[in-house]
Amino acid sequence: MTLASRYDILVIGAGPAGLAAAAESVAMGLRVALVDEQGAPGGQIYRAITTTPVQQRDVLGADYWYGEKLVAAFERSGAGYSPRTTVWAVTREADEFQIGLSCDGGAQLIRARQVILATGAQERPFPIPGWTLPGVMTAGAAQILLKSAGLVPGGTTVLAGSGPLLYLIAAQFTAAGARVECLLDTTPAGRWRDVLRHAPDFVASPYAAKGWSMLRAAQRMMRIVKGVEQISAIGAGKLDGVRFTTGGHTQDIPADLLLLHQGVVPGINLSNAIGCAHHWDAAQACFTPTVDDWGATSIPGITIAGDAAGIAGARSAEARGTLAALHAASALGHLRTAQRDAQAVAPRRELERWNRGRKFVDALYLPAPEFRIPTGDTIVCRCEEVTARQVTETVALGCTGPNQMKSFLRCGMGPCQGRLCGLTITELIAKERGVSPAETGYYRLRFPVKPITLGELAALPQTDSSVDAVVRIKR
Amino acid sequence: MSAAGADVVIIGGGLHGCSAALHLARAGVRALVVEKNYVGRHASGVNAGGVRTLARNEAEIPLALAALELWHHIGELVDDDCGFESFGQIRVAENAADAAALQQREARLQALGYSHERWIAADELFLRVPALSRHCVGGLIALRDGAALPYRTTAAFRRKAENLGQIFLEGTRVLGIRREGNSWVVDTSAGTLSCRVLVNCAGAWADAICAALGEPVPLEAIGPMMLVTLRMPRFLEPVVLGTGRPLSFKQTAEGTVLIGGGRLSRVDRGLETTELDFRELAASARTVRELFPVMRGAVIHRGWAGIEARMPDEIPVIGPSSTAPDVFHAFGFSAHGFELGPIVGRITAELITTGASALPIAPFSIRRFAGHAPD
Repeated sequence: MTLASRYDILVIGAGPAGLAAAAESVAMGLRVALVDEQGAPGGQIYRAITTTPVQQRDVLGADYWYGEKLVAAFERSGAGYSPRTTVWAVTREADEFQIGLSCDGGAQLIRARQVILATGAQERPFPIPGWTLPGVMTAGAAQILLKSAGLVPGGTTVLAGSGPLLYLIAAQFTAAGARVECLLDTTPAGRWRDVLRHAPDFVASPYAAKGWSMLRAAQRMMRIVKGVEQISAIGAGKLDGVRFTTGGHTQDIPADLLLLHQGVVPGINLSNAIGCAHHWDAAQACFTPTVDDWGATSIPGITIAGDAAGIAGARSAEARGTLAALHAASALGHLRTAQRDAQAVAPRRELERWNRGRKFVDALYLPAPEFRIPTGDTIVCRCEEVTARQVTETVALGCTGPNQMKSFLRCGMGPCQGRLCGLTITELIAKERGVSPAETGYYRLRFPVKPITLGELAALPQTDSSVDAVVRIKR
Repeated sequence: MSAAGADVVIIGGGLHGCSAALHLARAGVRALVVEKNYVGRHASGVNAGGVRTLARNEAEIPLALAALELWHHIGELVDDDCGFESFGQIRVAENAADAAALQQREARLQALGYSHERWIAADELFLRVPALSRHCVGGLIALRDGAALPYRTTAAFRRKAENLGQIFLEGTRVLGIRREGNSWVVDTSAGTLSCRVLVNCAGAWADAICAALGEPVPLEAIGPMMLVTLRMPRFLEPVVLGTGRPLSFKQTAEGTVLIGGGRLSRVDRGLETTELDFRELAASARTVRELFPVMRGAVIHRGWAGIEARMPDEIPVIGPSSTAPDVFHAFGFSAHGFELGPIVGRITAELITTGASALPIAPFSIRRFAGHAPD
């Protein structure tokens, strides 16, 4: 689709939050476009739902196929939709926002009065010795291959980490015919006792029955090792096996593929670069944009919906998408406050339902510090190959924060823009200095938040000011 | 809080503040640096790193040449090479008009007795910069110029000053200054400091100090924008500058390419934030594409701007206050202060310890703005 030069609302991301926000906005009569990096709607959770070759429904499961309804509603809504579109900048321009984006190799700048970020979550960095070896990837990446191309691992696969998604992926792979040799569960032994106080809420939540049956199913299908305290990927040049320690006992198992997963955290690169306020969320051990109960950020006109504003899952994201749209419409003067509040009753009820039990899940699956804060020669920043030891030695030189660390070691300055090391660097510096992650802070992220070519940038239209650009180099 | 025995309080932990602290330490004078954020937070830490005598305002040339000598032995000064590399800097002429302007400049500099800028014809230009588009006709080269790593440099000056006993108070904001007897009292967010001499190295925020001294200056906070690419195979050694259009272009030791040249972001001085202007950056990208065809497919992956001060005449303020005793300024470097860092700190230290500088600093006197009405 060709994007217009101006919209009332631009929604970024076509997962459940973005789909719901765009459909709701357009139903209120606003000019709306949804832009998304993927070729088809669905986000990560419902990825490739309209195109997946995996048509046997029990492989990806009912929770995946639920997304069909959401995508269909979005498609019926008539909202503008631009797939394969990467947003690389959002800047303020008078009382609007200017959005820099690229589609099929062409960059353009468009404007919107309100922007809804529905950019979702990313997998938490899981830095263990050997995690950069070929043959090691994240479980989420493997799941993308399954959803979008029907690919399943061929050799001996080991899953490692913690969290509900790990077990879901184990079940999906097994159903799709993969041989999952072993699941190494790093949930700390005894964590159950610590989280019992949150259990009643969880038991009453829609997740409880599902979670229980998923665990049972996984136990039938593969070897599960609980209470794993240490993991290394071993091999020369490529993965040969996995070394793990449990109960003080270390053993090696051969593996062709190691899939790592330690839960998900909000993807904050865009909100951070825009300048929205963020805070340290101790329960989820990550930085999260600071939003009100509509998703409104510290910057008027920027609203965040879904997991990008704090991890709460797909169904919660959908409700938060609707609420963000109501807020944006109201901010545009399109909806009176009373109307907004009346229309918010139903999504708020949904939100409450799907947020129930969240504290239990957060507390149970918070990764143990040894899997968040590596030591020694373990690589922290993959792009620039910076190790944990280099970081701690640089702290000893007087480097107090992640932004100074960038200048010392170039960590976070590679192509991933810190996505794969940001939280690790913060927690590593915080631990070394004996201060909180909140005080340590996070990388200041910079536009373009996704790489663009010089040719694309050069092809942007000129303005009068750039034609008359003040030439500051003296003759 | 006392200034812990310091004779001098330096306001601003940029390169110039750190350099003043270092040179004062070498002269045996104890100084304390007050920095509202962290050392090297703004322009000092994130500028393009050009170590450039080329294309300087004539008044700055003696300082720039003296500084260049220090850069070539920077390790002796700060125990760190600061990532300094000397592959020269070249201003390219893209047409006959550019060439005429550059050749006139070469002649004028020679008449003044300077030989550091030399005209090179197209054949030598392409030998030195093979990747340059063949429409270029020649250029001015300053062979001993180069580039360094700005944050590493600023941190090295700070570390050396600290090793020699100077004190740095980071995260400490100056709230006001006042005179008490023969002392200066500096009220900060971390308490009150007392000292004999005050140095204003507050960069984009230096005008507040001047206003408090009753000598307001027309300072503008600017944020020159820069872009950096992902790593590319080595294709460029010297730093390349534009003549008819703004550009500063260099490839770093690790292979990334840095594009700058003075196009400006929007700056919020109060919030200490900048906002990039992508239409302006697109113009930079067009210049680069035309001068370096190899760059067409280069991947841009970060842009930023560092906040600093620009004076209307684009040369700094260096020297004593015109209204108050025992106050010295060093600010307003107008987007080209990095190279001068090592020498201006020495000048400030000389002014404090001897009352004079061996280098000609009269053109930088704050008196040139006398009569400027405060905002």
